[in-house]
Amino acid sequence: MGIQTDAEFFQLQEEIQAEPLTPGQIIRMRFLRHKMAVFGAIMLIVLLFYSFGGVIFFSEEQANFTDTKLRLSPPSREHPFGTDTIGRDILARTIYGGQISLIIGLSAVIVEVIVGVLIGAIAGYYGGWIDGLLMRFTEAMFNIPQLFLLLVMAKFFGGKIPPIDMFGRSFSGSVIVIIVIIGITSWMYLARIVRANFLSLKEREFVLAAHTTGTSNLSIIFNHILPNSIAPIIVSGTLSVANAIISEAYISFLGLGVQPPTATWGNMLEGAYNYIETAPWLWIFPGSLIVLTVLSINFVGDGMRDALDPHAIVEAK
Amino acid sequence: MEHEPILELKDLVVKFHTLDGVVHAVNGVSYSLEEGKTLGVVGESGCGKSVSVLSVMRLILDPPGKIYAGKILLHGKNILEYSEAQMERIRGRQIAMIFQDPMTSLNPVLTIGKQISEGMVIHLGMTVEEANARAVELLNIVGIPNAKDRFSDYPHQFSGGMRQRAMIAMALSCNPEILIADEPTTALDVTIQAQIVELVKRLRDQLGMSAIWITHDLAVVADLADKVVVMYAGYIVEEADVFRLYENPLHPYTNSLLKSLPRVDSSREHERLATIPGSPPTGTKVIAGCPFVPRCNFVIDRCRVENPPLEQVESGHKIACWVDVNNGRQR
Repeated sequence: MGIQTDAEFFQLQEEIQAEPLTPGQIIRMRFLRHKMAVFGAIMLIVLLFYSFGGVIFFSEEQANFTDTKLRLSPPSREHPFGTDTIGRDILARTIYGGQISLIIGLSAVIVEVIVGVLIGAIAGYYGGWIDGLLMRFTEAMFNIPQLFLLLVMAKFFGGKIPPIDMFGRSFSGSVIVIIVIIGITSWMYLARIVRANFLSLKEREFVLAAHTTGTSNLSIIFNHILPNSIAPIIVSGTLSVANAIISEAYISFLGLGVQPPTATWGNMLEGAYNYIETAPWLWIFPGSLIVLTVLSINFVGDGMRDALDPHAIVEAK
Repeated sequence: MEHEPILELKDLVVKFHTLDGVVHAVNGVSYSLEEGKTLGVVGESGCGKSVSVLSVMRLILDPPGKIYAGKILLHGKNILEYSEAQMERIRGRQIAMIFQDPMTSLNPVLTIGKQISEGMVIHLGMTVEEANARAVELLNIVGIPNAKDRFSDYPHQFSGGMRQRAMIAMALSCNPEILIADEPTTALDVTIQAQIVELVKRLRDQLGMSAIWITHDLAVVADLADKVVVMYAGYIVEEADVFRLYENPLHPYTNSLLKSLPRVDSSREHERLATIPGSPPTGTKVIAGCPFVPRCNFVIDRCRVENPPLEQVESGHKIACWVDVNNGRQR
């Protein structure tokens, strides 16, 4: 197609002179091209609204209100998701449980990222015996089955921490315990990724250049090298949120996680164990929410991986 | 009148332990830099030029590298004995450095402005705002148009020449006494090279800095340096004022190097340029005699068994050679 009119010509010229895309725009473009990731992101927003917006319709008292006369009633007009073994409303509990599950997922990852980045960065940057020591420690942590470690730690620390008031809610102390133990049993992969990244980045010339301006080691680690490895950390962190939610569900399902009456999607499943056939609404709702959340996070993580990959080529529209 | 040397290397020995064996990168090198002067360090790739100046910064990666012997005197104090914290105060403040490849020596994820202002925050105790304002000024000084807007650009938005200008701004930010330029023009095309050389020359004279300029471009050295040190295989083979060196090169290596340059005033119009056969020895081998023997046109028996020391042959002119290149006989 040729250029017919002056207007078209000027428009074309404008397009040619358009500002180059910033890295942020390129990343957004690539992410949006990933259909499943967009679906996952939308799903996650919906789930966040569900868990944190649902507070407007139900109070926590309602979520923890027991009415044994109504125990195990199937979904109905008053209780759209039915009631559990001691007559609590499942809809309200999935809302409050969702908050806890998501908070645990996100906070555990924060703990994981802090520990993993610190260990990986120090090991990779300093090398030598420090690297040896930290990596042997990491491998030792790998050798202990995570589930086993989680259970032992949950059993050991559980019930020792008093309830905590935050965000106008009272959390069982076990929430904090679970966050910390999930965090400190899952940082090893991240530490290895960060270490590998630091090993290659520290040889780069800009690190040498930073040294020649008198920048201290700590500043080089955190201000110069770390921003360069932020992409793999974001991807790994995102995918870890899903793992943390599953881990929490795991231990809560086994009765060692967050203690009732505080609800989580995981400990809601615990009570459903004996009623898989007779009262399926006990597990269908929290179960599907877990699956949906984890799936969405994984899609988003995949999308991020593609979007943040510096080697990916930006295709033309 | 001789100036007091601001920086002095004395018998520096640096080795690298690699998988192929020990690389003898720098073998007892001494040179000095006088205040306000420029020292050119010339030599082929791998002859120890960069290693000797990285040692001055104490930035030889250990392992594999290690400074085995020698002294590096900054204002008469041996900085090899300094602690890492003391070195951090010297780097960037007293001695600054620009590198060969501006494409890789800027951090891709930090803005140009941040990288320039960082040194001033560290060394001069400026607040971030003051340092940022000064960084914009510096960008102006090194000739970046629209400095204010370009301040918050990332390195990928700069061209090669602009990045090298930004590197220079970074190096000059704390008014260092010594500027070390490690082949700063090698990665740039010729017109930009000339601009960068002019820029550094101008700034050096304005700020009264001393400089060490490493290059394998003899033309650049002729333009910039007061004194030239020629290195070969980790040794200094010739040291002289820049004019004396070009007029009267006394070491066979320097001699061949200068012959291999095209000259505007040459009468040999259709002749081929002279070349130096072979390549420099790898640093892992220990050579008994002079390392230049395999490529030298003036070899005598003594060259094969004994490595010549660096000796003064005229005032201000030292060479490390047994032979007088003018008549081919032993001196």
